[in-house]
Amino acid sequence: MKKEEKIALEAHNLTVSYGARPVLWDVDFELPEKKLIGVIGPNGSGKTTLLKTIMGLIEPLSGYVEIYNQNMDDVRNRVSYVPQRESVDWDFPASVLDVVMMGRYTKSGLFGRAGKDDRKMAMNALEQVGMAGFSNRQISKLSGGQQQRVFLARSLAQQADFYLMDEPFAGVDAASERAILDILTGMRDKGKTLLIVHHDLHTAAEFFDYIILLNTRLVAAGPTSEVLTTENLQLAYGAQLTVLSQVADLVKEKDFPVREKGLKDRQQ
Amino acid sequence: MSNFWNDPNAIIVLLGTVLLSMGAAVVGNFTFLRKRALVGDAVAHSVLPGICVAFLISGSKDPIWLMLGAVIAGWISLLVMDFIIRKTRLKADTATGLVLSVFFGLGIFMLTSIQHSGNASQTGLDKFLFGNAASMMERDVYIFAGTAVILLILTLVFYRPFRLVSFNREFAESIGMPVWFYEFLLSTMTVLAVASGIQAVGVVLMAALLITPAAAGRYWTDKLPIMMLLSALFAGISAWGGTWVSFAVPSMPTGPWIIMFLSIIAITSILIAPQRGIVARNRLRRRNESKILRENILKTFYYLGQANRDFKIPRTAQDLLEIRGFSVKELQLGLRLESKIGNLVRNGNGWALSDEGLAESFRIVRLHRLWEMYLNKRLHLKPDHVHQGAEAIEHVITPELEKLLEEELGHPTLDPHQSEIPYLP
Repeated sequence: MKKEEKIALEAHNLTVSYGARPVLWDVDFELPEKKLIGVIGPNGSGKTTLLKTIMGLIEPLSGYVEIYNQNMDDVRNRVSYVPQRESVDWDFPASVLDVVMMGRYTKSGLFGRAGKDDRKMAMNALEQVGMAGFSNRQISKLSGGQQQRVFLARSLAQQADFYLMDEPFAGVDAASERAILDILTGMRDKGKTLLIVHHDLHTAAEFFDYIILLNTRLVAAGPTSEVLTTENLQLAYGAQLTVLSQVADLVKEKDFPVREKGLKDRQQ
Repeated sequence: MSNFWNDPNAIIVLLGTVLLSMGAAVVGNFTFLRKRALVGDAVAHSVLPGICVAFLISGSKDPIWLMLGAVIAGWISLLVMDFIIRKTRLKADTATGLVLSVFFGLGIFMLTSIQHSGNASQTGLDKFLFGNAASMMERDVYIFAGTAVILLILTLVFYRPFRLVSFNREFAESIGMPVWFYEFLLSTMTVLAVASGIQAVGVVLMAALLITPAAAGRYWTDKLPIMMLLSALFAGISAWGGTWVSFAVPSMPTGPWIIMFLSIIAITSILIAPQRGIVARNRLRRRNESKILRENILKTFYYLGQANRDFKIPRTAQDLLEIRGFSVKELQLGLRLESKIGNLVRNGNGWALSDEGLAESFRIVRLHRLWEMYLNKRLHLKPDHVHQGAEAIEHVITPELEKLLEEELGHPTLDPHQSEIPYLP
């Protein structure tokens, strides 16, 4: 990593299991700031788990994550998380503006009472994603692409520095995809760091500056041109690590710990 | 019921049951939205052993003791469900069913033992099964209604975090919100709501009071505050009715009557609510069917005139039936409707297209053929596979979509079968 590039995130030796089966083994990488970064890998390769672990929604069995050299809990107001679109029930009785206003909770008062400024920022975020005309629309009456844009607007309204998004391009049409990509690159150009889980290998090279290639273990992390090599892709998508996968199955079956207790991996 | 209004105790009990039903209904909105209806039912049944133990320890039917027992048992049931889900291979539905039946079975067993113990003060403990509002004392009412007021205030104060946690738990966690606290609070409020309703509604039917008002309210609105107000209103009206019956026929349990009134409101909502209701959806379907029929008739006029490029020749029903399989009855209905709209004009034995009808028939055939083009070019369907799809889609395409289609296909003039895509001159 070049000297002038500051580190936005460091993931140190992350091992995470979901249920009893380990889904991330010793994943270790650093991310430069002010980049549009893609997390790429086949289905079930632990992309979503990685994001959730970074956000502290899942406790890793070992390892830690630091953002801007600090614990997540100390920098939460600088980080925004966009969960998968399917993770919520869109038939929930709420309007588009209601959802975007949720992005202002951190900044507004104790019980989430919102002020005029919050409303203005939410409307501003809706305008940026081209949904200002939909602010009163019931969220169940949105298309897939519009739902993604509403989530994006909520994230923008958080005014963070570091953004983690889980599949913001899933289930959107070509026009929406272009619009969302423009917003993301615009954010990057303003100095934000974005970590995007993405499922489409073909567009990844075009979309991202920097890529984390994942398949349960870290295959590669680095600038796009260095990571997306035939060899790396073969490693991530082609050859299965049969032994690793069998060990994972065994761990689940025998309910065996993946890490022994009392081993401190953080030297302070 | 002239003496009903003259009985101050009756009025107090009435207000009390109305208030506690409203409290349960408002809290129930979040139980409903978090899809925890069954958990609510399990908790409601599980408070019964708690009531029995409280009675055995305190030896009285003091509502404070009984509520305490109910709340503790309710919480234990929640913890047991959580434990089963996390520590065993059983899934959530099994855990819920298991806890409900085991706790309730235990409660019934204890209730029966107490009743046969010859304890003089136990009379009326069985009222907790189905509720009996008329047997409530003034002090009971104050305690249960007071609980309901506390629940309403808590809901108002924590409305926004509750809504966020119910809608998108992970996001709430990601912004550092103490989600565990709000979930703990919501669970406690649910248990309290159940506990406050035991004497009026009974444990067996309490879950219905928790969930049904919110489910009915959802049918009328997309706005959560209005949904909550409606659910409170529905619960209040039902409680009023149930309590009134309880005073009129004192041997009658209150719970089933409250739930009867509530069910009538819920079924009515499911039937007649605008947009979401069954009647509205059926009406929309019938309107669509009528539109499809009428557009198919106009299209048939186009096909008949296509060969000679003379679309305005009058046609009889027989002419139309020769090229398209309408049933005679629906054809006559469609023809009548179209002449009423003014797209068709009666002419001797038959009907002819008016100017408006001509434009309509052109439009439908145009949409049909544009869609065939689209299926052929974009979805790469063979020309002999596109007709059926277009038969359905031609009826839903809006003018905006039509424009998009034309642009995307480069304003074609011929469809995949080399037939003309018609535009009025």
